[in-house]
Amino acid sequence: MKFSLTWLKDHLETTATLAEITDALNAIGLEVEGVEDPAQKLAGFRVAHVLSAAPHPDADKLQVLMVDTGEGDPLQVVCGAPNARAGMKGVLGLPGASVPANGMVLKKSAIRGVESNGMMCSTRELELGDDHDGIIELPDDAPVGTDFARYHGASPVIEVAVTPNRPDCMGVYGIARDLAAKGLGTLKPIAVPAFSPSGACPVEIRTDDPEGCPAFYGRVVKGVKNGPSPEWLQARLKSAGQRPISLLVDLTNYLMLAFGCPAHAYDLAKLSGAVVARRAKEGEQVLALNEKTYTLDSEMVVIADDVQVHDIAGIMGGEDSGVSEATTDVLLEIAFFDPARIGATGRKLGLASDARTRFERGVDPEFLDDGLDLLTGLIVELAGGSPSEALRAGSPPAQAKVVAFDPGLTLRLGGVEVAEDEQRRILESLGFRVDAQWNVACPLRRHDIEGPADLVEEVVRIHGLDKVESVPLPRADGVARPTATSAQVLERRLRRAAAASGLNEAVTWSFLPEWAAEHFAVEGQDLWLLANPISEDLKAMRPSLLPGLLMAAARNDARGADSTRLFEIGRRYFRGSDGLSDERATLGVVLAGEKTPRGWASGKAQGFDVYDAKGLALSLLEAAGAPTQNLMVMGEAGDQFHPGQSATLRLGPKVVLARFGMVHPATLKAFDLGGPVAAVELFLDSIPAKKNAAFARAPFTPPALQAVTRDFAFLVPQDLAAGDLVRSVQGADKASIVAAQVFDVFSGAGVPEGKKSLAIEVTLQPGDKTFTDADLKAISEKIVAAAGKLGAELRG
Amino acid sequence: MSDLHTQQTEALAAIAAAADLAALDEQRVATLGKKGWVSAALKTLGQMSPEERAAAAPAIQAIRTEIAEAIEAKKAALEAAELAERLASETVDLTLPAPAAPKGSIHPVSQVMDELAEIFADLGFAVATGPEIEDDWHNFTALNMDETHPARAMHDTFYFPDKTLASSSEAVGQQKTPDGKDILLRTHTSPVQIRSMLAQGAPIRIIAPGRVYRSDSDATHTPMFHQVEGLVVDKGIHLGHLKWTLETFFKAFFEREDIVLRLRPSYFPFTEPSVEVDVGYSNEGGRRVVGGHGDAPGHAWMELGGSGMVNRRVLEFAGVDPYEYQGFAFGLGIDRIAMLKYGMNDLRAFFDGDARWLTHYGFSPFDQPTLSAGVGARA
Repeated sequence: MKFSLTWLKDHLETTATLAEITDALNAIGLEVEGVEDPAQKLAGFRVAHVLSAAPHPDADKLQVLMVDTGEGDPLQVVCGAPNARAGMKGVLGLPGASVPANGMVLKKSAIRGVESNGMMCSTRELELGDDHDGIIELPDDAPVGTDFARYHGASPVIEVAVTPNRPDCMGVYGIARDLAAKGLGTLKPIAVPAFSPSGACPVEIRTDDPEGCPAFYGRVVKGVKNGPSPEWLQARLKSAGQRPISLLVDLTNYLMLAFGCPAHAYDLAKLSGAVVARRAKEGEQVLALNEKTYTLDSEMVVIADDVQVHDIAGIMGGEDSGVSEATTDVLLEIAFFDPARIGATGRKLGLASDARTRFERGVDPEFLDDGLDLLTGLIVELAGGSPSEALRAGSPPAQAKVVAFDPGLTLRLGGVEVAEDEQRRILESLGFRVDAQWNVACPLRRHDIEGPADLVEEVVRIHGLDKVESVPLPRADGVARPTATSAQVLERRLRRAAAASGLNEAVTWSFLPEWAAEHFAVEGQDLWLLANPISEDLKAMRPSLLPGLLMAAARNDARGADSTRLFEIGRRYFRGSDGLSDERATLGVVLAGEKTPRGWASGKAQGFDVYDAKGLALSLLEAAGAPTQNLMVMGEAGDQFHPGQSATLRLGPKVVLARFGMVHPATLKAFDLGGPVAAVELFLDSIPAKKNAAFARAPFTPPALQAVTRDFAFLVPQDLAAGDLVRSVQGADKASIVAAQVFDVFSGAGVPEGKKSLAIEVTLQPGDKTFTDADLKAISEKIVAAAGKLGAELRG
Repeated sequence: MSDLHTQQTEALAAIAAAADLAALDEQRVATLGKKGWVSAALKTLGQMSPEERAAAAPAIQAIRTEIAEAIEAKKAALEAAELAERLASETVDLTLPAPAAPKGSIHPVSQVMDELAEIFADLGFAVATGPEIEDDWHNFTALNMDETHPARAMHDTFYFPDKTLASSSEAVGQQKTPDGKDILLRTHTSPVQIRSMLAQGAPIRIIAPGRVYRSDSDATHTPMFHQVEGLVVDKGIHLGHLKWTLETFFKAFFEREDIVLRLRPSYFPFTEPSVEVDVGYSNEGGRRVVGGHGDAPGHAWMELGGSGMVNRRVLEFAGVDPYEYQGFAFGLGIDRIAMLKYGMNDLRAFFDGDARWLTHYGFSPFDQPTLSAGVGARA
């Protein structure tokens, strides 16, 4: 909402400065978004008198003027405007002034060899209009030497953000009322120009939809002369950011901008029969003033005559019955529409307008008569014509809401003590009526008041929120308990563990391009696709953290990064069996580029391999407190991974804690990455939480005797998984074998075709007495036998 | 005896002159060895009479001790020299680079979320979460924004299409929960207020940090960003408590005593009264630095978040008795306060995953915010 200070002062008698007014606006909840002072833009431009005009000696289209600026000697100015002539008054920009339209700073210069001390300006150059055919011509009585800004009446323009609960402040008058309540002046009464209506309204006005249009007031004015608006009106509309169109249109806009009361003027000649507020017929069409055709439905209210729809009620008038320069008779409309229906219609049609903004928030139902008289009076005064009596169809809501208020609530809820007298004064100055028992009757324009809390807000915002003192929250009794849940603590631990492993934490979009989400989609899970994405690249909610990280890695790669190690902790988005969101905490890792750069000691650069991924997966699971000793390495990491170099880590066959591996070359290609790239995903929701463990650890009982180790080398089938062999070796004598570990894998010379050699170090822990040779022999035999079941034979 | 002394003098000289351990050993064999002359001299003692022995023994013993010590000393010296020579030969060029462990980092958003959790834990706030794919009841209706509320349209909400309609290429309808609520991406963290109150009732003190979504994208807006919600519902809570809580938080967060807040009346459907929170700041070297009174010379006010007293309708929706309890709520932009504190200037870079940016603005994993060590990590 924009308005000039002059306009505000039409309604507010005040001596306050601009700064005091803007401070007050901020303080009472009308946030000042900007102040534009045209006087600043017009600094250095003066009313000037052209004393003489002579042709430029060296240019046909230029003249050399001598200009009186009101002080000192006349200045010589070169001017190219065809209308520049001796005797005229215009606007001179002095050296140093900056031309508003283009920012050019004027300076003394020579134009084709003739000295020029400034510039005579056109309307367009001063951003006062579009005219650039010649320089501004001021009336003969314009005082020479006056600052043009002052002469022009340029007034600072204030822009405030009006919150949606305050449609009553979507007119300058409402803002003046709030400022008056704040003590910044006195609200002036509304001056309605006098007019004498004669005769009944010649057009029948009806509302056939009392729910959608409870009240429809109208009046005909015949014999008007439309044309340009007077200067004061144009200036006010321009300050509000509106383009003046014609007197009749401008006056309806003025009523809306000054009083928050939208109005409409129909060209009576274009109407036939009764003018009726009714529901639209299904599929009915209207050509609106924005020259677009809208198709309506039966939930929408329209104003129509016998022939066609002329107005999408409360939103936009129709092109066919709009007033024009030729209009002589008008029908004026002031109405009250159901706010919810206006909002729904506007949303459905995707049609925004100043009228809709006000109607859907709720206009002042008590202002319909005043609004109609004001509009009529202004039309009669400025455009002539003879008005009829007003015709009122229906009636607006008239029942004032009464809130039983306890002034003590201001302290209890608002935290600030305000004397009862002052509370009463504030409420009354805002138009509330307060009786002796503090029953507060609300003005009908205040649709936002629901109960006592709203009245506290009114009192506190006018009294001053700055008077609210800080009061410490009472501290909770007792010992501080953890405030984070175990899931949150898990994420924090993992985040720091991952960073400590040398990974950079990224935060990537929750949404992906559909193809990327599809690429990582989980079988049996439909993607969440947005109906209204910002772009196709941000359309599908991610089913995995890897695609976002792969895309980030590709961007890093494109920037020339040698090595990218990214991780992210966030949610994957699935659907529960109930169709609702199932969001699962996940950690994703992508390792791309060089693991070690080429170096004097390490030789050639090395890429990441799948064991880097496995190591990371296990160390992160360890940090998460997962039981890493008992994990099974199984397949099915997903199609996005190298089929021979990827796996899942499971706790039991069904609980997948993590997947890791080298990314499939086809996936790399899809994500525009060179290989190889390793990736890990940890599924945090699958990691079992620690169950109510106590702080005290189990007692420390180191074994009395030292463990011994024995090495075994087996020839095994090439495709036997080392893990399987280790597991059966470990199980060969559970009482004695505490660990088994592969220390060599070999195939080639000396190893038969189709076989490989696996060397395992077995750690044996004696119990209460040392192993005898016989014990060791027996254990060895069990180990060899267990290995033998997998086709392993001891190497000689 | 003079022979022996001559031999001793010669032996000591030879020991001192031994060039290496082998030469030294030769001397040991020649003197103290089985056939060495010292051993031979000792053997002669056996053939002497007690008187002779008593006279000769000390001298011979002394010779033996002196030579043995000389050999030991020389041996130590030779070994030390040999070690020194070996070590000298093992000298490497230490200006060559050592293998470097990669340095990881924590994203500023996570760091600041941890800081928030720490500061608010001290004030007794627990950390709450809720789904990001929400329904319109929790996101709007229960927050006093019914279907026709104009504020709904101002939220630039992301919706999900009704798949049953989408497949038939008709007008795309709205995907709904089984009980008929529209499904959307939460536009703020406020629905967590509702979920938390419904789950645990009053009194309650929570913060709820997390991702939120608005269909808005320009230089200063991203369609995804981070917010933290705060909620206190208890008996006798008023605006003064809200002001104190935010002041206390901002002072702790920016580690400055001179934080000045300005509350301005505003409007949010879920609070009444509603206040916008401004903080005073100044410009230092092209950067906004929070602190000082916004009306002081060289200072201005900057909007940091919205807040207010929880609307009694919201309490009712969330199953809390508004006659017994009242409370306040606030919402702050996490990315925004992170930028203010740590000096980032481009929101879009937060979500790009540029390793250079992450390394530059990220935090060491050991910069874990704690009350004792400080919740902020200095550059």
